Amino acid sequence: MATIRSAQPQTHALPLTVLIGASAGGVEALNRILPQLPADYPAAVVVVLHQPSEGPSLLVEVFSPRVRLLTKEADEKEPLVAGVIYFAPPGYHLLIETDGTLALSVDDPVLFCRPAIDVLFDSAAQALGSKAIGVVLTGANEDGAAGLARVQQAGGSAVVQDPADALVATMPEAALAAVPTAQILTATAIGQWLATLQPGGRHGAQ
Amino acid sequence: MYPAAELDIELKLLVDAIYLKYNYDFRNYSPASMKRRVLHALTQLEVATVSQLQDQILHKPDRFLDLLQYLTIPVSEMFRDPSYFRAIREQVVPILRTWPSFKIWIAGCSTGEEVYSMAILLKEENLLERAIIYATDINPHSLERAEAGIFALDSMKLFTSNYQKAGGKSSFSDYYTAGYGSALFDKSLKRNITFADHSLATDSVFSEMHFISCRNVLIYFNRPLQNRAFGLFHNSLVHRGFMGLGSKETVQFSDYAQNFEPFEARERIYRKV
Ligand SMILES: C[S@@+](CC[C@H](N)C(=O)[O-])C[C@H]1O[C@@H](n2cnc3c(N)ncnc32)[C@H](O)[C@@H]1O
Repeated sequence: MATIRSAQPQTHALPLTVLIGASAGGVEALNRILPQLPADYPAAVVVVLHQPSEGPSLLVEVFSPRVRLLTKEADEKEPLVAGVIYFAPPGYHLLIETDGTLALSVDDPVLFCRPAIDVLFDSAAQALGSKAIGVVLTGANEDGAAGLARVQQAGGSAVVQDPADALVATMPEAALAAVPTAQILTATAIGQWLATLQPGGRHGAQ
Repeated sequence: MYPAAELDIELKLLVDAIYLKYNYDFRNYSPASMKRRVLHALTQLEVATVSQLQDQILHKPDRFLDLLQYLTIPVSEMFRDPSYFRAIREQVVPILRTWPSFKIWIAGCSTGEEVYSMAILLKEENLLERAIIYATDINPHSLERAEAGIFALDSMKLFTSNYQKAGGKSSFSDYYTAGYGSALFDKSLKRNITFADHSLATDSVFSEMHFISCRNVLIYFNRPLQNRAFGLFHNSLVHRGFMGLGSKETVQFSDYAQNFEPFEARERIYRKV
């Protein structure tokens, strides 16, 4: 019997990771999702929210009193850890390396956005494969659509906020056009669903 | 989608080829960003695979220069993070003033925005004449543009607002002449600036410095290469010299953590101990 050995990316040590992209209306949508996540959450959560790139992000201040997980602004080279919510710093792209550490860049904005959801999702698809869960929420542009398709192609799960439930439907609609088989849920239902994730267990209805 | 397993192999080979042939060392750069940039270059340069790109750059130096524009994406702003420049003006300048003359090194200056910001600041503090400024980068095109001192006119709105937030004392438009969609900066600003090719990955100390500003370069380096750069900075700085980093960069987790103390921690300005 002939076998062709292929070098598979080693993803076993990496945590299950929920990647959330949001733009206009995003704080409110996140506020319906993140507080539902239980303490001892088995996944890492990485959030890109489009916001003005000036000044420090207020997301940690806004969300830390409302959630049961540790929240922080992402630092370069820190390892993804289950049970922590990382926010992309304003003005920087956030990427995930294949060794499960976070990376930042000031490369050109993508679709006028930095941080861009596509940049995070692309790198997560490469680094995490089936351990990635991509979630696209409300927003007024098309960032995240191409990245969500990559996440799904790499074996991860794709979830999109129901456009009818989104403050601005453009972004979820674009994501659904790119990934027609994505799960469609309201923000509240996304929170409920994410809250039930099991460590290492299969996730994501396709 | 580009097949992931092959891509990692091809990238490694490409980076090795660049090093062996051109002595540009990207072997210790953050892989995720490198990958994005190379894939972007493939689309823009209309090459099907990374291996083909490798073939082209090995045999055509011009092709390597094309690729270098993608690998070292020139992205900068004048007075980027205004609070950093405000801290320099308010906290560092009073100490620079105590030196009869001083040397400043802007490492990874890209197309020059940061170095002109520094020159304007020093001019307003009446210190420009006392300063010798080195602005270095590895991208020859960026250095040429930096030396020319010409920037897109439509960036001036952002730069002006940054300048004001950074505590600018005059009217920003005094520093440039506008014409044909571009802004030409006052030549007197660069009288004491030397623009030079220097790599933090392969080159060594070249002068003794009082203040080194290296912003948004180290985020692209892995830890060993960051350590190398911090070592260079440490060896270049005079006793109690200053080092300023980008807003998401720190010396704290490096081998040189003990060799620098925070001076203005929020703005990532350190002093050699
Ligand atoms: C994002 S720009 C930063 C520009 C400016 N310092 C700022 O913060 O706006 C990064 C620059 O680092 C340069 N660079 C990359 N590797 C370098 C190295 N090994 N040595 C010196 N400069 C390097 C690139 O060519 C690029 O111009």
